[in-house]
Amino acid sequence: MSADQTPIVEARNISKYFGGVIALKDVSMELRHGEVMCLLGDNGAGKSTLIKILSGVHPPDEGEYLVEGRTVHFTSPRDALEHGIATVYQDLAMIPLMSITRNFFLGSELTQGWSFLKRFDIRRANCIVHEELRKMGIDIRDPAQPVGTLSGGERQSVAIARAVYFGAKVLILDEPTSALGVKQAGVVLRYIAQARMRGIAVILITHNPHHAYPIGDRFTILKRGRTLGTFTKAELSRSDMIQMMSGGEELEDLERELREFREQASSRSAETPSQEEPGGFGEESG
Amino acid sequence: MSIEVTAGPSSSDERLLRESFLRKLLRRPELGAVSGAVLVWVLFAVLAGDRGFVSLRATANFLEVASELGILAVAVALLMIGGEFDLSIGSIIGGAGMAVTILSVEYQWNLWAAIGMALLFSLAVGAINGLLVVRTKLPSFIITLGSLFIIRGVTIGLTRLITGRTQVGGVKAAAGYDSAASVFTSAIKITDPASKRGLPAEFSISILWWLIIAALATYVLLRTRPGNWIFGIGGDANAARNVGVPVSRMKVILFMVTATSAWLVGTIQVLSAGSADTLRGEQREFYAIIAVVIGGTLLTGGYGSALGAVFGALTVGMVQQGIVYTGIDSDWFMVFLGAMLIVAVLVNNYIRKRAAEVK
Repeated sequence: MSADQTPIVEARNISKYFGGVIALKDVSMELRHGEVMCLLGDNGAGKSTLIKILSGVHPPDEGEYLVEGRTVHFTSPRDALEHGIATVYQDLAMIPLMSITRNFFLGSELTQGWSFLKRFDIRRANCIVHEELRKMGIDIRDPAQPVGTLSGGERQSVAIARAVYFGAKVLILDEPTSALGVKQAGVVLRYIAQARMRGIAVILITHNPHHAYPIGDRFTILKRGRTLGTFTKAELSRSDMIQMMSGGEELEDLERELREFREQASSRSAETPSQEEPGGFGEESG
Repeated sequence: MSIEVTAGPSSSDERLLRESFLRKLLRRPELGAVSGAVLVWVLFAVLAGDRGFVSLRATANFLEVASELGILAVAVALLMIGGEFDLSIGSIIGGAGMAVTILSVEYQWNLWAAIGMALLFSLAVGAINGLLVVRTKLPSFIITLGSLFIIRGVTIGLTRLITGRTQVGGVKAAAGYDSAASVFTSAIKITDPASKRGLPAEFSISILWWLIIAALATYVLLRTRPGNWIFGIGGDANAARNVGVPVSRMKVILFMVTATSAWLVGTIQVLSAGSADTLRGEQREFYAIIAVVIGGTLLTGGYGSALGAVFGALTVGMVQQGIVYTGIDSDWFMVFLGAMLIVAVLVNNYIRKRAAEVK
């Protein structure tokens, strides 16, 4: 990666406050062409706030936001989209009962003919969708089938393909793998790699280091609204990453706490049902 | 949590291919309505075939009833696919019909001008409904339930104030009646060989209006940008807004469309009866919703078809008129209607689940 290259997206000392809460403080990061940057952090670390600033939902309170070297002031997601920055949200990606093609072209329908006689050219739209997805390694049988028939991973992939087709240069992916099983997450990660090969810069938000590590080129780690820095893969081992993300001591504390809890429960009586461990951890072991 | 996704059985390709035709068929929202309509026709043909249900006259008869409901149902289908309700259309039928009558009879307007003015009233009511829904973000069920009573009340109040009555006649003597009647209430007479007294079957022009509107709505829905937007805003208004669909504008337009359909039905009724009643159109909003739901449109929006609404209205029309032919007291019609609604929703839910289930 050449050092003289202008970053396509750059945040300089960005801060964001919500009332008395400091959501982000002095966060800087940059994204270069054709790289996957993983934005890591525990819940409440400020990942969502940062991407909302990058995608134009919130303006930053302090600091500077640059796109291709020029300062920008986005007031809506539309502005960001016009600069080629597309965000794919985990839940808002697709409308299940609509066909893949209709979802794909929603809001940017392909038309044919003049003025009020203009019609939605659904046949050509179907062909384009089929072709775009095939390019990315997803072979759908029928683009007219409802999105609800797709698996979660495929749905995310269609949403990403849509952003790419409509000219995204920067893709911001918000937790694209968090609701998915191992195999499905693989589909999405493979797809992200495809997008990178086509020269698209990707910001991947995740709290799962096992998804981030194989695909990421660089890693920015947020903790409690501040950045712990940006690291290349060479500078950061997987275990270092996990340690920094959630704080190793905190995990050890938790482990000790749970052990005590279990001992307490067994010493008391058998009638209290055993407590399950909090949901977030099963995923990280998967 | 991840276990469910990964452990799901992966179907072999051969099976999927074999299923795909059936799947495609099941995916059509109007499938239930078409088979329902056929079933109801067969039922009445068996029960009342010898009493004249299977005849041109009876067909013309139930088609006319179905057409007036169908005009409403097609418009309501668009709105409901867009995720909203309109309970005020019954009141608009009464209000628009009364406006046409009072303007042409009491104020001596040319009938065409009166009809045009009533259209403007209706469009304004639709726009207000839509703007209120969009601005207040209250459920349209509440907003239009309010306007149902407001419009009906204003119609009764103003009519009594101006004419001193609640029924006003004399439309057939108004200027421009002949030309207006030919557009809104003429009929094609066909001799019915089954009629013993030689009475002809009269196919009303409202059937033509119904079919034209249904064709137009189907085209808009399936082959235009606004059609795709309607599905989008009904499926997920937020997602649609995020990709640049003008959600609020589309919703207001859809309320104006349903109001226009009510105006058309109100006008047809007034011209064919020659008089207006302040209570005309009562409960039509519910009949229209029933027809739309029987037609396979989801109550929650985002899924459905105009063609389904056509068959839904046809089914309701056949039941309404068919009961008369069976000799059963027509008081029982509402029992049928309610039961049909519930069965239709159950069947449609099942079909939709089959069509959209995760493989």
